[in-house]
Amino acid sequence: MKITVKVNGVAYTHEVEPRISLTHYLREILDLTGTHIGCDTSGCGACTVTMDGKAVKSCTILAVQADGSDITTIEGMANGNEMHPIQAAFKEHHGLQCGFCTPGMVMTAADILKNNPNPTEEEVRHGLEGNFCRCTGYHNIVKSIRHAAEQINS
Amino acid sequence: MIPSKFNYIKASSVSEAVNLLDEHGFDAKILSGGHSLIPAMKLRLNRPEVVIDIGGIPGLDVITEEGDAVVIGANCTHQQILNSQVIYKNVNILKQTAATIGDVQVRNKGTIGGSLAHADPSADYPATVLACDATIIVAGKNGSRNIAATDFFQGIFTTALEDDEIITAVRFPKIAHGNYHKFYQSASRFAVVGVAVVFDGSGVKVGITGVADTPYRATKVEEAYNGDSSAAEHAVDGVEVMSDHFADVEYRSHLAKVFVKKGLEA
Repeated sequence: MKITVKVNGVAYTHEVEPRISLTHYLREILDLTGTHIGCDTSGCGACTVTMDGKAVKSCTILAVQADGSDITTIEGMANGNEMHPIQAAFKEHHGLQCGFCTPGMVMTAADILKNNPNPTEEEVRHGLEGNFCRCTGYHNIVKSIRHAAEQINS
Repeated sequence: MIPSKFNYIKASSVSEAVNLLDEHGFDAKILSGGHSLIPAMKLRLNRPEVVIDIGGIPGLDVITEEGDAVVIGANCTHQQILNSQVIYKNVNILKQTAATIGDVQVRNKGTIGGSLAHADPSADYPATVLACDATIIVAGKNGSRNIAATDFFQGIFTTALEDDEIITAVRFPKIAHGNYHKFYQSASRFAVVGVAVVFDGSGVKVGITGVADTPYRATKVEEAYNGDSSAAEHAVDGVEVMSDHFADVEYRSHLAKVFVKKGLEA
């Protein structure tokens, strides 16, 4: 089936099999391997991207369901060589250890801050319910997101 | 993980979806948000030959106030329900329920119609639709009909929907006083036990999910209720309580009583 999807501002048209997920489409067809596959069944959040402005788990969306939508992946966050404030905050506050969950964390953080520009620690933790960090580095992830909020608001 | 092969058809109207369902019968599955169906297909627990996507059908994602009721389109997402002022003002218990489902990414895609049709015994909405005496509005090849929530759930993953029927909306009467409390399965956020309580005049209506293979109205609690929380003792009277690696029969029964008590005292 033919789909047209805008990813990080660029429109793509491809013939895809209905059974492939949006994650698979992004990684294997568009070569955007920043979006990770963890559990592959909507539990862990490593595959989080934004779809029409909302954080979603791309492993549990068929590529054909994304037809006509506007997707942002981790590759779309930086502005050229300049990191997005959320990325910069993760770097500064050691918001990552092995880094596997990080793209999903950053994309979910973008959704949290879009809906709540100045979240409390509790609100950040609640917002991250759908993202697992198996290094258990949550403390610095939360710190990074709160710092990013300050940077964006200042 | 990749599901087995299927034909994907995007339906543009309810009648088209119903006709496709009638044509393909058992070989077809309806896709809305996909957050129950797609994982099941990846794990090959479900191998439909035809997937009928109702996600883009116009008008199914609308929440409207109609007199003394609120009608919620089947494709409304949990997040949409959580953010709706109409629901907050008129059926706040449903907002409370939606707030406990999954996580923000799941709430952004999963739908109320999909969750009800899937009828997972640990899903949250069933407790609330039962306690609210909501009506499930369905469409089939012979037109549309209303199913009372108390007639809708018939067993594990089993509902009163006929093979050619899809849910189009859910009608909730306005509820002034009610609450939903649950004991979370800590990884999936499903309900190990979920209890919806609606105060109705001097009486009470109690819906329970997660405890039996079918969500139920705790009629023994409702009969025993006399204004305090002592009736909570009857939460699992006459019920065959489920046992799994999250909670055995004794623990689950205890949780049910604790959460009914919590609801009656709230």
